[in-house]
Amino acid sequence: MIEGISIYEILTLSSILFFIGIYGFFTRENLITVLLSIELILNASAVNFAVINIYLYPDFLQGAVFSIFIIALAAAETALAIAIVINLYKLVYSVEVKDTETMKY
Amino acid sequence: MEAILFYILAAIIIIFAIASVTSRKILRAVVYLLFVLIGISGLYFLINYNLLAAIQLTVYGGGVIVLFIFAVLLVHHVELKLEKTSVKKKIIAGLLSFTGLAITLWAIFTFHFKTANNYKPIEVADIGRKLLSYEDGGYILPFEVISVLLVAVMIGAIIVAKGNKLKE
Repeated sequence: MIEGISIYEILTLSSILFFIGIYGFFTRENLITVLLSIELILNASAVNFAVINIYLYPDFLQGAVFSIFIIALAAAETALAIAIVINLYKLVYSVEVKDTETMKY
Repeated sequence: MEAILFYILAAIIIIFAIASVTSRKILRAVVYLLFVLIGISGLYFLINYNLLAAIQLTVYGGGVIVLFIFAVLLVHHVELKLEKTSVKKKIIAGLLSFTGLAITLWAIFTFHFKTANNYKPIEVADIGRKLLSYEDGGYILPFEVISVLLVAVMIGAIIVAKGNKLKE
């Protein structure tokens, strides 16, 4: 709990972060920058889990544990997605969204 | 004092997040994302959740950002500028996300949160016991599932990234 800061301020901050990520997800046309926006979205949700646990239910640890799981999942997702991006660059020499139009079969 | 620190961190996070989704130089966008992640880790330090702050710094600041920088250096020229997004797309996306933000903020500010009074910081030892306990309310099963997932992702990433070149 932060002195002088209520839960509303922190939830406002994380909502703004989330929708900046959504904006990037809509406007970006490069696969790596789309991934950057996904990182922003996941981080905003992890902040929400931790903050709601600390402000509303300090006797339990659900939010604290699940924010750790969110970070682990985000790292796994990033590693796999970047492997796919590099493989895609080998195949079509581009990582723009508009150039990835054929599937393997 | 802590309130001032929170507002400084919030300003850093929002400014660099906007810079990260609008910058046209891709390497700079990644570095701006690094600043956002460090700001969020500072936020975790402020709410006295030191374990998650340390995890955020090591996994994101140390791992994910390096992965991103390697990917950028492998597939792009450093000085390459991204294509401009069309103004129409920007306006539609901006309107959509602004509407979503307005609805979310309205929902947050009209809801009355019952803030608890007995505040205590989250201890690392409690988290460790909770993660490894197999009694009621323990998290040993998701913990194991996450470990299996990480192994699967590691093997999958190696196999996918090794893939053969397209035959002519």
